[in-house]
Amino acid sequence: MSIVTIERKVLQKNDELAVQNRDEFRNRKIYVLNIVSSPGAGKTSILEQTLEQLKRRRQIAVIEGDLQTDLDAQRIAKFGVPVVQIVTNGGCHLDAKLVQEALSSLNLNGIQLLIIENVGNLVCPANYDLGENCKVVVASTTEGDDKPLKYPVMFRNASVLLLNKVDLLPYIQCNLSELKNNALRVNPDLKIFETSCTTKKGITEWCAWIENEIDKYQ
Amino acid sequence: MHELSLAQNIVDTIQHYVPQLDWEHVTAVRLKVGACSGIMADSLEFSFQVITAHTPLRTAKLEIETVPFRIQCLKCSNVNESDIGDRTCTTCGTKDTKIISGTDLHITEIEVEESKVQQP
Repeated sequence: MSIVTIERKVLQKNDELAVQNRDEFRNRKIYVLNIVSSPGAGKTSILEQTLEQLKRRRQIAVIEGDLQTDLDAQRIAKFGVPVVQIVTNGGCHLDAKLVQEALSSLNLNGIQLLIIENVGNLVCPANYDLGENCKVVVASTTEGDDKPLKYPVMFRNASVLLLNKVDLLPYIQCNLSELKNNALRVNPDLKIFETSCTTKKGITEWCAWIENEIDKYQ
Repeated sequence: MHELSLAQNIVDTIQHYVPQLDWEHVTAVRLKVGACSGIMADSLEFSFQVITAHTPLRTAKLEIETVPFRIQCLKCSNVNESDIGDRTCTTCGTKDTKIISGTDLHITEIEVEESKVQQP
């Protein structure tokens, strides 16, 4: 028997494509967010609130990822921003190649902010770099306060945590400080915002943070 | 699902970096999988069998070495392990720590029958 040394990351090919995406974004000065969560945590609602606040002040484009349908792209198109839907046909995450292909159908001229809404899944999207500046994980209060410990990879790889649906806290068994503590146990560097798309709590602060990041990036 | 696409990535990576390999004589593919990489070793082995079932790699075994999740405290320098990816130092309680290992997924080497090897 003989041994052939390889020493490569399993996702090396994806990582190389992600570097290409990141170079393109940097050359165009586009700040990129990759929004991830389990299904139903409120990614699209957060996106709608974000577009409502920022679309008049910033040039924004959106990539939507879903297993099936372009329902989310239809919701986003109502805001008058360029949007492209990636249908993964059962694929449980977006990868750098899918994003690269989607970019060819977006006019990126003048775009300052690209928001990628990943497939709803708290596992797989954690491992795939898309070339984004920042991974944002949305965790809703209805999912329970132990989620960061059950899905540590996603919370570790994210830079921002949106604790969504905080308006429901009076009605459910969720300890918000426990949820935060659990998230910080797996990622002490997380920037945390408490949000509600119903009461609009935290949306202004979240959008101010995005604008600050865009300005730093120019 | 997750492990299935990773298994496909393993095959693609080997194909990409060792294209001259005589695939029918690969006997083992060795991986290092971080304990907190979000990957189930059993499921990955099963997925690898499924992906390679009707290919020249069908006789190759996937051999997985699990690498523990370790952090080093930046205050007291202590090294801790955690099964759940906890960044808290178990000695002094700070979260001012850095991850040393246990988050990656690497192909380290493949084993091939003698006389069929051409080093990349």
